Amino acid sequence: MISLNRFAGSVSALLKGLGVTLNYIVHPKRVVTREYPENRETLTFPERFRGQVVMPHDENNDHNCTACTLCEKACPNGSISILTTKNIASKRVLGQFVYRLSSCTLCNLCIEACPFDAIRMGHGFEMAGYTREELDLILNKKEGR
Amino acid sequence: MTPLSITHPLGDWIRQQLPSPFAAIANGLIAVIAIAMLVVVTAIFLVWLERKVCARFQARLGPTRVGPFGLLQPVADAIKLLMKENIRPRTVDQLAYFLAPLLPITGSFLVLIVIPFDHNLQVLDPDAGIVYVTAVSGMGILGVLIGGWGSNNKYSLLGSMRAGAQLFSYELSMVLCMLLIVMASGTASLRNIVLSQQGTILDWWIFKLPVAGLVAFLLFIVSSTAELNRGPLDLSEAEQELTGGFHTEYTGISFSMFFLAEFVNMFAAAGLGATLFLGGFLAPQIGWHPVDQLLAFIPGFIWFAAKAYFLIFLYMWTRWTFPRLRIDHLLSLEWKFLLPASLANLLLAATLVLFKWVIP
Amino acid sequence: MIKADSKLLSTLPPGFALHDTGEDGSQEYFLNMGPQHPSTHGVLKLVVKLDGEKVVEVVPHLGFIHRAIEKMGENESFVQYIHLTDRMDYLSSHINNLCVCMAIEKAMGIGVPERGEYIRVMVSELQRIQSHLLWWGSFGMDLGAVSTFLYGFKEREKITALFEELCGARLTMNFFRPGGSNSDVPETFLPRVKEIIQDLKFALDEFDALLTKNPIIIERTRGVGILPKERAISYGCSGPVARASGVDLDVRKHSPYSVYDRFEFDVPLGKNGDCYDRYWVRMEEMRQSIRILEQASAHFPPDPYRSKEKPNYKVPAGSYFASVETARGLFCTYMVSENAMKPYRIKSRSPNFSNLSAINEMSAGGKIADLVTILSTLDIIVPDIDR
Repeated sequence: MISLNRFAGSVSALLKGLGVTLNYIVHPKRVVTREYPENRETLTFPERFRGQVVMPHDENNDHNCTACTLCEKACPNGSISILTTKNIASKRVLGQFVYRLSSCTLCNLCIEACPFDAIRMGHGFEMAGYTREELDLILNKKEGR
Repeated sequence: MTPLSITHPLGDWIRQQLPSPFAAIANGLIAVIAIAMLVVVTAIFLVWLERKVCARFQARLGPTRVGPFGLLQPVADAIKLLMKENIRPRTVDQLAYFLAPLLPITGSFLVLIVIPFDHNLQVLDPDAGIVYVTAVSGMGILGVLIGGWGSNNKYSLLGSMRAGAQLFSYELSMVLCMLLIVMASGTASLRNIVLSQQGTILDWWIFKLPVAGLVAFLLFIVSSTAELNRGPLDLSEAEQELTGGFHTEYTGISFSMFFLAEFVNMFAAAGLGATLFLGGFLAPQIGWHPVDQLLAFIPGFIWFAAKAYFLIFLYMWTRWTFPRLRIDHLLSLEWKFLLPASLANLLLAATLVLFKWVIP
Repeated sequence: MIKADSKLLSTLPPGFALHDTGEDGSQEYFLNMGPQHPSTHGVLKLVVKLDGEKVVEVVPHLGFIHRAIEKMGENESFVQYIHLTDRMDYLSSHINNLCVCMAIEKAMGIGVPERGEYIRVMVSELQRIQSHLLWWGSFGMDLGAVSTFLYGFKEREKITALFEELCGARLTMNFFRPGGSNSDVPETFLPRVKEIIQDLKFALDEFDALLTKNPIIIERTRGVGILPKERAISYGCSGPVARASGVDLDVRKHSPYSVYDRFEFDVPLGKNGDCYDRYWVRMEEMRQSIRILEQASAHFPPDPYRSKEKPNYKVPAGSYFASVETARGLFCTYMVSENAMKPYRIKSRSPNFSNLSAINEMSAGGKIADLVTILSTLDIIVPDIDR
């Protein structure tokens, strides 16, 4: 009798399991797939999404970077190199903001270190390239300030 | 074995046109080509269906990119598999390694020959059809065994030894279920088994033999799942344990032979189940004349396909729900439960048949 | 040239050899499971000595993904080291971060405001749930029920999306900082947590119907891979593995960190220490984590979320220690500072290494399928073993 009970219990448990999967097939709304390359236009990112580092520029192609190198020091991987230059007033300004995407771990520490909001985490996430050189980026659009 | 017993307009026409030996050859060729086409189309469609159904069970979409609803995805896969280099490991047993992939697909091909798809749509109707089916379906097992042995790989060997233990055991209860139908219908010819189920739905063997028919049907589903090497009883593949089981060392076209045979086998087993228990190509009559007429208007092979695909859905449903059994549990399930149950069921059915306690 | 000694090169431990042929002509053989194997979950190699299908002995081989994280930590500042711990146990990255932050806070005497502590607890518990959800999925898949993998991931995805909104990353969070966290939670955080709790309660019932009560699962896990209580202690097991064996060890309960002492929750304990108990303990832990989340979201305190940030984190000389309960067990950070910006030595104690060491004892005498089940219920994360 006990074994018969156990058998009935087993069968009902198996049927319950079948019910769970059947529920998925009869409710197409439960499908969670998002078709990626097609929905690229409609992709939404949370505001804090951490993609590759970008340097926002205003309409005159100016940026906030003062070449203070705080981000360079904050970076755990040595992904950032600030190359400075002198402007007409012989003041030290940003020459090139070299950002090596290949060694970046997107840890956000450089953005936290920056006192001027000169850099931020962008929403770019398709970071593949064919050569390693493609991943050495220069973030500022023009030299100096 | 009288192939002429089945009449078909096309076959008769050829017989009229050609002298008898040539007519038989021409008819045979047509039959082989037709079955070969069926094998290819079924395999490709079933691959697509499996992927789609499995995806829907898992809250996914499945293939969508190639062709409408991803219908051409298996075609693309097949082309990829054909183009792939057929890597042969150096230490394999040459003959066994190359022979093995051919056997399962041959076995399923031979089973399809005797399945009655419609009143006049059957290649061959041997009197001992059931015996024939059990004999040729063993070729699939042989292929698995030889392939696993010939691969000279420990995973393959484990897989094929599991397959040997599993398939030989489960064949017993499967044959007992078939035997039950032979006993009840009084014939071993598949066509006559179908014809013995004429009437309403209640004349199908699943319902006609009270309790015994349903139990036999369930036992048939379980044991044929094991025969087909499908989850939850896919012990010989057991991806998570044996990486690929018996086909670990196979690639390209030789792997795809195993792969396609698995799907064609599933169709053959489902067709067999439909033939034995669900009235084969007969329309489901409910005993109310207007509806029955309408249902009988639909051709028999559509009913056959509908029943077979219903069984295929059952196979898929269980596969994508249940976890896999362990090999010793699997064998004790067969020898301690399924085999005694099918024997007892056979006895019950014999009693029912003897005293004619069937649903009239 | 020094001639290579084949004995030295052999990675197998002494005494790990095949026995002679038995009387019936049977022979034992080796089987390499991994580093490329579907159920070793990463690059772990198990050398298995088999007698037919029966497992005689198992020797795990480590080091395939060793990255010297602790050594790297010696060349990075304390705050920079936090992001490296993400890459140890990547399913408990928030909790690993928390452990490092706690060690730094202890060293420098930094306090954490109320809201910061609550954020830490809630995020840690969410992390625990998402880790267990992934484990549940892969457990089902290891046993052959492939659909469960997708169901587990589907639920986990909701929590991962929440983390993405919280800190911008889905796996390597780097969110906690000494004194609190990198940023405050977004306004949508609490409503979304409540939503997730509702979804999870439904999902857990569904999971029970699919696996917990399934007779095949029960057959395959009951009495399989038994780890007795004494052995669990002597191997240094922790987390659900130890608790399933009846070892009452949970840092959250017994030496509460953060504000865990304010919440009411139970520590589920197993009786037999078999695979089913390990399964059950994890399922129960998810329910307990939901309880904590409910209590925390009911009394979520107002600002500030972080105590005043320091210009630099120069840790005074001395050695410091902090321990947390990750989804897999006891995670500790021990650091030695010489009054500098960078640690002199930093060491992590990861739960997976100790848990894995028990595998031979658990799986010897079972079948290959049992080995897979045991490996799955140990819930190992290979990067955490190698570091």
